[in-house]
Amino acid sequence: MAMIGIYRGLVVDALTIARAPAVDLWVVEANTRGPFAEASRIPGDIRDAVARISGVAAAGSITYQTVEAQYRNAKLRLYIIGYEPTRPGGPPEIVQGRGIARNHYEMVADRTAGLELGDRIHLGRNTFSVVGLTQHQVNTGGDPAVYITLPDAQKLQFDLAPPAQRVQLARGGGTASRDTVNAVIARLQPNASAAAAADTVRRWKHLSAITQAAQEEILSRSLVDRARRQIGLFTSLLLTVSAVIIALIIYTMTMEKLKPIATLKLIGSPDRTIVGMIVQQALALGFIGFSIGVALILGIKDYFPRRVVLEPDNVLMLGLVVLGVCLLSSGLGVRAALKVDPATALGG
Amino acid sequence: MTTSRDDRPLVQVDGVSKHFGEGQTRVDALVDVSIRVYPQQLIALLGPSGSGKTTLLNIIGCILSPSSGAMALDGEMVVRDGRWLRGDLRRLRLEKIGFIFQSHNLLPFLNATDNVAIVLQLAGVDAANARRRAIELLGYLEVGHRKDAMPAHLSGGEGQRVAIARALANRPRIILADEPTAALDSKRAQIVMDLLRKLAIEQNAAIIAVTHDEKIFDRFDRIFQLRDGRLDDDGEGQNRAAELAGAPLV
Repeated sequence: MAMIGIYRGLVVDALTIARAPAVDLWVVEANTRGPFAEASRIPGDIRDAVARISGVAAAGSITYQTVEAQYRNAKLRLYIIGYEPTRPGGPPEIVQGRGIARNHYEMVADRTAGLELGDRIHLGRNTFSVVGLTQHQVNTGGDPAVYITLPDAQKLQFDLAPPAQRVQLARGGGTASRDTVNAVIARLQPNASAAAAADTVRRWKHLSAITQAAQEEILSRSLVDRARRQIGLFTSLLLTVSAVIIALIIYTMTMEKLKPIATLKLIGSPDRTIVGMIVQQALALGFIGFSIGVALILGIKDYFPRRVVLEPDNVLMLGLVVLGVCLLSSGLGVRAALKVDPATALGG
Repeated sequence: MTTSRDDRPLVQVDGVSKHFGEGQTRVDALVDVSIRVYPQQLIALLGPSGSGKTTLLNIIGCILSPSSGAMALDGEMVVRDGRWLRGDLRRLRLEKIGFIFQSHNLLPFLNATDNVAIVLQLAGVDAANARRRAIELLGYLEVGHRKDAMPAHLSGGEGQRVAIARALANRPRIILADEPTAALDSKRAQIVMDLLRKLAIEQNAAIIAVTHDEKIFDRFDRIFQLRDGRLDDDGEGQNRAAELAGAPLV
């Protein structure tokens, strides 16, 4: 069950950041499936062009970047999201503090980062103040999200360090424009078609457009696919091992009861009664194990380093799987019981 | 409960043989054995190890098929020419035969009442009536005060009485006992034999016991002695109880 919870947590985490801005369209660099599955860089002014597309209600530029910061003598991995505070892309909910009100050096961080309101933290060459906290905002890797303004994020992501800048100037390259973003996100008017808006964007050859549904598909299929398969295989392995263990326990318990089984047969008990008793025993074992498992995982799931999400339908499905495993496992015991000769009840 | 005596045999075994294996590995466990057991009789099957007494008990108990011969139980022909005439031997056992074992063989996960009631429930009696009859039987066998005890908490004598109650639950007229007193001291063995005698008379039943217990030889009406799968007598059985009582077993 923990494995299923971890997998569900992975999927939910993967979709969290993509769902946070509550948009309908992602405009990214041409021939990429960015900004999460692949790198994407587009000019910042694309936002104005996207905002003018028919059916688009609002558009915002956004950047994503993972950084490591120093916090209380420890390294802290943060997923920096740069957004324009008056446009789509900001934190979906502030659970403590407030949103970003100044153009620079304020941040809203997820609680899992361990930051507290008023904390000051160095990012790049600047110091940011934590003004608000969000909940459950992490990227696919489980790194807590931190929201800062788009200019701060662009500076952090695209500014070269001074020595590199000097080398660049010496080579005659000049300074590149900092107005680059990873994606432009768009919220559509109520009756507008996302597909139509995406088609319009695709006509501009240097851009790609991904609908929200497609973005979620990319995240859940591509990004967590290996993890899903890995966890799926591991879960199958655990279920197989559990089935073998239950089968051996039931078999051993049946072997210990050969005399009572022979007696039951001798006094006229039909095979179905004996089979029923063994299956009942297997189901009782499975139920006890399942109940303990559910209680345990519900008790400790919040202490896992990453989210463990358990939905009632997952619990129900696993319960059905356990039921099947128990029925299958009881086969060995049933076979042994059916082979018992009632005559063995007679004699010392 | 009846005390009337019937002249018709409850168990009639005619020319029954049983062999295991074929050719050089063939073992004749029983050879042309014929016995008749009447209501209200206590019969002992004696013989050294390997003489065929357990094989005979298994055949009468409808657990083992004979290789040849015929057998009738309670007036119903059940085996002819070594073949069962009834398909459902489980039902046959349930209706006609009660079993008493060397160690009481009570089901360890059921209390005394349920150990008796289960036989009734298997015969189709509903749970409440089965329990009521079980408690009556336990009272009749003077272990009513232990009706809620688990088998592990019963003494040897109490356990054997509960086992006898179970054997009697469906009012079978044939009771097969395998060393019924082997696990009991001599005082309790005599009590159990008195009880079996009482049951044979009151229920008009026949009791066939395999035993090695010399202390109780004198409690049987007839004793059949088996040697190498053959009966020593003519099948009616000699009244050799007094003769064998106290004598060493062969």
